[in-house]
Amino acid sequence: MRFSFKECCFKPVADEPDIEIEGSLVHKDSEEGQILCAEKEVGRKSKTLFSCITTATQTTINPPREVACQTESQPLLVNYSATANQWEIYDFYQEELQKRTSSTKKDEKENEIAEGAEGVHGNLSLLRDFTDKSDHDLAMLSTAAKLLEYAVNENINGDIIADFKHFEDEADEFRGDKGTLLPLWEFQYNKVKSLPVSALCWNKKYNDLFAVGLGSHKFTELECGMLLFYTWRNNNHPEFLFNTDSGVMCVDIHEQKSHLVAVGLFNGNVCVYNLMAKGDQPIYNSMASSGKHSGTVWQVKWWEDDLYGNHTFFSVSADGRVVSWTLGKYELFSTNIIKLPPMDKVPDDLNNVIVTAGLTLDFHKQKPYHFLVGTEAGKIHKGSTHYTRFIKTYEAHFRMVSCVRWNPFNPKVFITCGMDWRVNIWDETTDSPVFTFDLKSSVMDVAWAPYSSTVFAAVTADGKVHVFDLSINRFEALCQQRVVSTKRHLTCIEFNPVHPIIIVGNDRGLVISLKLSPNLRKNPKEEKGKEPSTGAEVEIAKMEKLLILMR
Amino acid sequence: MAEVEDTLKRIQAQHGVIGTIVVNGEGIPIRTTLDNSTSVQYAGLLHQLTMKARSAVRDIDPQNELTFLRIRSKKHEIMVAPDKEYLLIAIQNPSE
Repeated sequence: MRFSFKECCFKPVADEPDIEIEGSLVHKDSEEGQILCAEKEVGRKSKTLFSCITTATQTTINPPREVACQTESQPLLVNYSATANQWEIYDFYQEELQKRTSSTKKDEKENEIAEGAEGVHGNLSLLRDFTDKSDHDLAMLSTAAKLLEYAVNENINGDIIADFKHFEDEADEFRGDKGTLLPLWEFQYNKVKSLPVSALCWNKKYNDLFAVGLGSHKFTELECGMLLFYTWRNNNHPEFLFNTDSGVMCVDIHEQKSHLVAVGLFNGNVCVYNLMAKGDQPIYNSMASSGKHSGTVWQVKWWEDDLYGNHTFFSVSADGRVVSWTLGKYELFSTNIIKLPPMDKVPDDLNNVIVTAGLTLDFHKQKPYHFLVGTEAGKIHKGSTHYTRFIKTYEAHFRMVSCVRWNPFNPKVFITCGMDWRVNIWDETTDSPVFTFDLKSSVMDVAWAPYSSTVFAAVTADGKVHVFDLSINRFEALCQQRVVSTKRHLTCIEFNPVHPIIIVGNDRGLVISLKLSPNLRKNPKEEKGKEPSTGAEVEIAKMEKLLILMR
Repeated sequence: MAEVEDTLKRIQAQHGVIGTIVVNGEGIPIRTTLDNSTSVQYAGLLHQLTMKARSAVRDIDPQNELTFLRIRSKKHEIMVAPDKEYLLIAIQNPSE
């Protein structure tokens, strides 16, 4: 039957049926139906389609097996990074080199003992490092701390350093021949305001380092003394500081071995300090020596090494003797060089009792066995280490001679200054001074300039510095400048060997450094067309011309 | 040891110095006169800078060594003194 949409009802269809399905029902009157009924009654299984059992064939089933592949676990990943700079390579090579050299050294010794000892020492040192780490390492910072202090001071004193390096007073052109002194750094150690400066000495090797000796020669003042070393890179605090039990009267730094410093004290002792050694004590002290001085040592000067290479220095003292000291292995050996002749007024039988104090000593620059000694009687004696008597005597001053120095260039000229207000310049062959200057006040110290044979400077007790240049003006000073207040005396002066700087010390422990203005450093005008010449010969010639002029 | 202490005290007492710091090898301040946070900041930054500066100097010439480092700025100047393992730093106001 089919549904017809046209007529909206079911209609029988005469065609073939659409679906034909074989059913499983059998009519009961058919043959098969009747057999089935009969079997059902009997109860036997029939041999119809549905009573066949199919037997399927089965193959053996292999159980599924898992086969997998696993690699070994990866090694630990560590991040490594390094740089390969020039210096890393260099450092590595240096270490290798050291290891190799130390291993060859080890081979030379007996291996077992050496290694055993190394092991023990190695452990000990490790332990020590571990325990004292804080103290041990901070002490290594001393260089760094020093550098830092210099830098901080440089910032504070920046304008002073600029002046020192670059300032040239242009007003000098309008001042004619006169010059001025520009004050630069001031050095004052706070704890010694009452000790006068008794000695100054520049270090020849390190041009910014100088020694200051503090001590008083007056009985009423303090007994103690100090030796300080300053550098202008740090004007607040001395680089080295030594306390002495007696006032320091004179200081000299060895020219080549600038760590050796000879000091003469008020109580007659001489000491030698080694700046490279730690500690406050001198390495040599003449206290135990038999030949020591019985009076204040007024001047010490280093001399050449003796035949065996031991360092030697001379000292002159208030007991009238000039003594040479040699640095032996553990102590000082003294040799009497000469005894100063007695003063005129002393009667003959008291010659050995009343002595003439020697106040100053200087060695000749070119002939080191010649020396000059100035005495409190106002005389200058020229002596030699070869002879036991003085070669010549000059009547220099009416009162004490406070300083005598040879000219650094001209071998015949020396300068002396005394408490009689005079500065005299001598030619060693004549008996009377070539030049005389009256400075209106006791002259405490005088020094030749290292750059010119005709320039010298003197300090007086009224606080003035006088600078002379004989090739420019033979009669008066080019500069007379007061550098300290009226109440203070100036006691010492020294020229820096390289820079145009002088240092002066006063009687209150203050050291002032001053820069010389260009007029004070001039070379005399050459003829036009010639180049300005420098050198020792020129300086000697300059002085010679002057001497000839004065004869 | 006492010498270094004295020197540091003197530096601190100088005119215009704002502070000083001692830094160890790892960039940690071990001694300072400034407050903690500032010190740590300075220490860390300057440690790195010093390493870099030292590397630069030695790279050019391995036999050379850095001895001092100064950084001048508008307001202050920072000065660093390196040592084998330590650093000393000082900050100063240079203008008077």
